[in-house]
Amino acid sequence: MSFDISFIGVVIASIMASSVPLILAASGELITERSGVLNLGVEGMMIIGAISGFALMIVTGNLFIAIIGSMFAGVIISTIFGFLTQTLLTNHVATGLALTIFGIGMSAMLGKNFVGIPGKEFPVFFDNLSESIPFFGPILFGHSIVFYFAFILPFLTNYFLKKTKIGLMVRAVGDSPDSASNQGINVNLVRYLCILYGGAMCGLAGAYLSMIYTPQWIENMTGGRGWIALALVVFSTWNPIKILIGAMIFGGITILQLHMQALGLRIPVQFLSALPYIMTIIVLVVISRDSRKIKLSTPSSLGKSFYKEK
Amino acid sequence: MEGKLIKIVKRDDISKSVFFLTPILAIILTLISGGLIFYLLGFKPLEALKFFFIVPINNVYGFSELLLKATPLCLIAIGLSFCFKSNNWNIGAEGQLTFGGIVSGGVALLFYNQEGFYILPLVVLAGAVGGMIYAMIPAILKTHFNTNEILVSLMLVYVSKLLLDYLVVGPWSNPEGFNFPETRQFSNSARMPILFEGLRIHAGIFIALATVIISWFVFYKTYLGFQMKVSGFSLKTAKYAGYKGKTMILLVFMISGACAGLAGVGEITGPIGQLHREISPDYGFTAIIVAFLGRLNPIGIIFASLVVALTYLGAETAQIFMQIPKYTGQVFQGMILFFLLASDYLLFFKIKFLGIKKNEL
Amino acid sequence: MLKKIFRYFISSLFFLSVTSLSANAEFKVGFVYVGPTGDHGWTYQHHEGRNAVEAAGMKTTFVESVPEGADSERVIRQLAQSGHDIIFTTSFGYMDPTNKVAKDFPNVKFEHATGYKREHSNVSTYSARFYEGRTLLGHIAGKMTKTNTIGYIASFPIPEVIRGINAMTLAAQKVNPKIKTKIVWVFTWYDPGKESEAAQALIDQGADVIMQHTDSTAPVQVAEKAGVWSFGQASDMQRFAPKSILTSIIDDWAPYYVERSKAAKNGTWKQQDTWHGLKDGMVAMAPYNPAMGSALVKEVEQLQKDLASGKKHSFTGPIYDQKGNLLVAEGKVADDGMLAGMSVYVKGVEGDIPQ
Repeated sequence: MSFDISFIGVVIASIMASSVPLILAASGELITERSGVLNLGVEGMMIIGAISGFALMIVTGNLFIAIIGSMFAGVIISTIFGFLTQTLLTNHVATGLALTIFGIGMSAMLGKNFVGIPGKEFPVFFDNLSESIPFFGPILFGHSIVFYFAFILPFLTNYFLKKTKIGLMVRAVGDSPDSASNQGINVNLVRYLCILYGGAMCGLAGAYLSMIYTPQWIENMTGGRGWIALALVVFSTWNPIKILIGAMIFGGITILQLHMQALGLRIPVQFLSALPYIMTIIVLVVISRDSRKIKLSTPSSLGKSFYKEK
Repeated sequence: MEGKLIKIVKRDDISKSVFFLTPILAIILTLISGGLIFYLLGFKPLEALKFFFIVPINNVYGFSELLLKATPLCLIAIGLSFCFKSNNWNIGAEGQLTFGGIVSGGVALLFYNQEGFYILPLVVLAGAVGGMIYAMIPAILKTHFNTNEILVSLMLVYVSKLLLDYLVVGPWSNPEGFNFPETRQFSNSARMPILFEGLRIHAGIFIALATVIISWFVFYKTYLGFQMKVSGFSLKTAKYAGYKGKTMILLVFMISGACAGLAGVGEITGPIGQLHREISPDYGFTAIIVAFLGRLNPIGIIFASLVVALTYLGAETAQIFMQIPKYTGQVFQGMILFFLLASDYLLFFKIKFLGIKKNEL
Repeated sequence: MLKKIFRYFISSLFFLSVTSLSANAEFKVGFVYVGPTGDHGWTYQHHEGRNAVEAAGMKTTFVESVPEGADSERVIRQLAQSGHDIIFTTSFGYMDPTNKVAKDFPNVKFEHATGYKREHSNVSTYSARFYEGRTLLGHIAGKMTKTNTIGYIASFPIPEVIRGINAMTLAAQKVNPKIKTKIVWVFTWYDPGKESEAAQALIDQGADVIMQHTDSTAPVQVAEKAGVWSFGQASDMQRFAPKSILTSIIDDWAPYYVERSKAAKNGTWKQQDTWHGLKDGMVAMAPYNPAMGSALVKEVEQLQKDLASGKKHSFTGPIYDQKGNLLVAEGKVADDGMLAGMSVYVKGVEGDIPQ
């Protein structure tokens, strides 16, 4: 093995593949948070998506139905969160944590008959090109549709938030629910929709794990990736494009750490694993120091319930 | 249909009866829906509920285990209520617990081959200070750099867990322990005194009770409690009133960090007796739910911690006696929490039944 | 004085409840699992063992996903209290709680997996000589590799894992002196995502044979996709990677669980420290992949027989550590004490054991 350009391409491709679930979940959670809702149930929604996608793949044999179904499952479970936090005005943090407990239990219950069954092969595009072109081949080709979607999604999200009317509405609701409400926007409805969208993306992120990345169902298979996705939203300072950069850095640390070990280098594994979290804190400090910057990036009503006297 | 059947109105003040009735309503709803889940999965609902809620505590041992499990939850939740009451969202109690555990465990390991009355106080103190210092990180970042404490405290949880991992796998691992990821056993002098022969309930429960009493006093009888209440109500009002916001933020974080650290001490010097990778099954996160269920009220938190602890014991007992899978317990637990949280709604809002006019039908 | 009376009262109540619950005379076997039964790895195999005990006509109970912290002692005690006659605690972290509870229930038999403490006469320990399986994998890997690079995904640097790495490397060196073992420590027993990333990294660095001492099926799936050889761990993982898997090391606890449960039932149970391997079937090999070629299959089958019969040993001297110090002299084999505490790599393994 040598450090040639094609080897670097292969490593970058594996970093990208590992960051797909993080990008999907973080993009979804970003919209939710932009509307002023903090949903800590990402892990719970992802694991529900993972089992739903896998189960539908096995039962129906149709990958399209399975992918759509996993997003739908994410929507259903996030509806619980939406109903509690928006209609019954419960605390976001506590409800999100309860959602994670519920989701993990529920996924195991749904998945008990799917343990030990290998998943189906998921189609990839231009697999032959991936090996024949050095460097760009493995990066650009030989991936599933979800992979490509994940790398387009942040740009779509960015366009949605900045250029569309609904996107501006979402930001208005997150930044100042009172004035948004005075302008006639139904704050709770907008937030509901953002929560459901977040659920759908987390469901898809879970399905990527159980259907494409490691095609099988195992209890707790999301392994804390939901929490890393939450960190990623903050790391990106609620900017969808930066989610891509953040995901590559987070994923890159993990993958490079494994490569360094395989080369026989002695490295402090735990320290490297802690790095994404420490970097997130540093980024937070940097953006928050400047009150103008923080206003531009953080949804100022994040985590606070909104109630309008009728 | 134009006229609504019911109308929802915000309560001006919270009535005492509703305050106590809503949790009961939530529990009834939980029992009904839990029974339904068990029925759908093919278990006898009443029997399942019995094994969930009654059997775990129908003997002294079971009851003592309930107290043992509730102690850290109560202690952390009390600490968190200082933060939450004053609008400071510390959700990193798990990290503060872990860091407190690391610091106190480090002290206990220094004395691993010594006995002496002074060891335990040092260990306990170290844990409280450790938790306090760790909680000050999000507090100082909030007061000085205006960072969001929810996110910083959450991130720090993982940092401290990885630090613990590093220590027990590496430098602190037991030299005679074949490289297994755990430290030496602490000496007896570093262990919490056991209250009753044969049971595991230890002196840590007194720390929790003392915290309950002190916090009740602080919340309702001191100027600080009043300040916290006002800040919790509106930060702007607090500023007008000239409260030193920064000092208070630091103070409530320190208190809640110390409580979480003490909970960590209780675990490692009580039932565990050493450091290893899993010193807490996410007590720090569960305690957030406990704090809300207890409505940030010290007495409420006692009850909430008992209820939540019971759901954990119940899931175990239900599996032992009825072979109800663990995940059913988790689903049930999630539902209890949803119902209890939802019952808050009735606390702040009332539903007016307007009646139905004939011509509308 | 009052305190004493109170104490007496409490403890009498406590023991009353114990006796009332254990009055039930039916013979019962209890199991404590560290993971969910659906992990398709370590816990799954213990659960299969439990199913065998059930099939042998004994009533069983299990509790899954029991954290290794303060909760495990309560679960073990509850099983003891509720009339279970023999209790299998299936993770290393249950070592101290198992011994503590055993002290209070002298009539209940306790069986602790992978530990070394037997503080009371009613505690036995058991584990499997997985390293014998690793020797077979090493032999196969040494013959099958084209790049002379074997990728090894390791969990924690405990003797069991290091023993596996060493056994594999020694066997591979014997058939192919040029082989290199690349090791990646993932510090988890079970995280499909991380395991597959580790497998991918090893493959990218030129390993064309992958094996793992972690529990999920993820690495074999990655190997299948990448077109390199792999081995299953804990259970037969063949259906997850039909082309890539050469064989699997199977943890077969069933015979031991049935035998020990029967012994407890008949009153013939005695304390022991069991370390069974290929001979007693606690370690079994899944069918060999025909892609190995019939000559190699025959060779490996012979080696398997020799290891089982004791004619050959995984650790036969001369064995040197990385620095060249002699560990086992020529003509000798490593004794169980040395194997149990193994904490250095043998010569030929690259890198350091994480400290």
